[in-house]
Amino acid sequence: MADHVSKERRRQAIYGWILLSPAAILLTTFAFYPSLATLWSSLFSRETRRRPSEFKGVENYTDLFADPTFWKVITNNLMYAGATVPISIAIALAMALWANSKIPARGFIRTAYFTPTVLPMIAAANLWLFFYTPGLGVLDQIGGLFGLPSVNWLGQPETALWAVIIVTIWKEAGFFMIFYLAALQTIPEDLKEAADIEGCSRWTYTRRIVLPLLMPTTLFIMVNALINSVKLIDHLFILTKGGPNDASKLILYYIWEMAFAFFDAPHAAAMTILVLVVLGVVAGIKFTILDKRTHYQ
Amino acid sequence: MKTLTRNIEALGALLLAIIWISPLVFAFWAAFHTTSDAVNFNITSPWTLDNFRTAWAGAPWLKYFLNTFLLVTVILIGQFIVTTLAGFAFAQVQFPGRDFVFILVLMQLFILPEVLIVENYAMVSRLGLFDTILGVGMPYMASAFGIFLMRQAFKGVPIELHEAARVEGCGWVGILWRVYVPLARPTYLAYALVSVSTHWNNFLWPLIVTNSPDTRPLTVGLSIFGAPENGVDISVISAATMMSVAPLLIAFLIFQRQFVQAFLRSGIK
Repeated sequence: MADHVSKERRRQAIYGWILLSPAAILLTTFAFYPSLATLWSSLFSRETRRRPSEFKGVENYTDLFADPTFWKVITNNLMYAGATVPISIAIALAMALWANSKIPARGFIRTAYFTPTVLPMIAAANLWLFFYTPGLGVLDQIGGLFGLPSVNWLGQPETALWAVIIVTIWKEAGFFMIFYLAALQTIPEDLKEAADIEGCSRWTYTRRIVLPLLMPTTLFIMVNALINSVKLIDHLFILTKGGPNDASKLILYYIWEMAFAFFDAPHAAAMTILVLVVLGVVAGIKFTILDKRTHYQ
Repeated sequence: MKTLTRNIEALGALLLAIIWISPLVFAFWAAFHTTSDAVNFNITSPWTLDNFRTAWAGAPWLKYFLNTFLLVTVILIGQFIVTTLAGFAFAQVQFPGRDFVFILVLMQLFILPEVLIVENYAMVSRLGLFDTILGVGMPYMASAFGIFLMRQAFKGVPIELHEAARVEGCGWVGILWRVYVPLARPTYLAYALVSVSTHWNNFLWPLIVTNSPDTRPLTVGLSIFGAPENGVDISVISAATMMSVAPLLIAFLIFQRQFVQAFLRSGIK
């Protein structure tokens, strides 16, 4: 009997690993090995025709820390995250509250909010190009009606990053709205009735009952929005290419540029590692603190 | 008072909706008008298809469409196979090290393929897959997100069905194929919608691993077509943009409910 059990157990183990092997091989090839390889190559110098690559320790990292562009990019990305995360969450929440209440043309409104989500970032950038183009663009034309001068939104350092931020918010707010909508639909009707009986205003009801119940969703969206603030950079290729003067350059774009335009893989690798560390911290916070706190969901 | 705030809110909601949809509406307008008419917003100006003709002649769009179509198909098939097997292993098979490996898989949710472009590029080149559709698709096939989704779906299958199939003489493969896969159909549908729209829209990685019109997907083609160096005017870019988003956009408008459901299902664990 015991022999039978252990045989069955062994059989299960073999099945388990066979079933897992395609995923394990692919994940190793395209996630785990590359992560380690990135760490490894971030410790070596660039291989050139004249000099083979040699071990440099943390020199690539100290180079980065001494590089003003790197700090510019970090500041930009912090601003990008600092603006896109809260603003898109706030807009998404407003959208969800509206799209969930009884208002006229609700179908149209929901569709309008969600549509940007299904567009490629590249297409979104092309659409917004039409808004931002100096002289001809929609923004300038509207400004012109009020006698405002033409502004080169994408061409001046003060506005370029904001122009990029607006496109990101436009793209992701509707997506986040969906999660709020789903959460709103799980809030029992009784709570609303009880609040009405108690004579609560709609504002009090929203602030004291709805918002706390939406907290787990907000945290979930926040993690996603943080990841997006690293990931969503496609529109830079169309709108600004990181310019002018690196004013709108973000970290992933800089990694791409370093590796595929300047052919400096070691420094790109060092930056990749720094990004992975940050993402790891976000993951750690999510899996430990947030998942525990959202248990009551 | 109450109706007043209500009306103001309804107005706000509508205003936001109009703002949100306006970039698309303006591009639509520009795509069907000459550049000068488009930027002057002359409502009475005639509609034209010239921009589409110019755009269509300016790049191998048919090839791009085909590449994107092939790409999303290859990725989807790969993902279905890999995530089904792995999801089943994590959900229903007992084996040592399972939980540890599962945590490793979850870690991949945060090791974004986008961030690893440098080494993944080296890897794809080493495998001889540079500038192939398979090379573009492969890093996405073992999606941690998909594995997680399938595991959740398979965990919801009643064990009685599993036992019954076993009593009837089904092997592991039979049970997976006849019991679990059919029961998880809604999850597959949801995952398919999310996967297709993600990869239809993906840009950075395909930009890096493709190098010829024979493999380039729509997004990369569109970015090259619209590059300022090419000096294409705004109406023609709008036409090209409309053209490349049309299939997904039309599908979305028709299957809106399913789409939204799919996104919901994918986001909520």
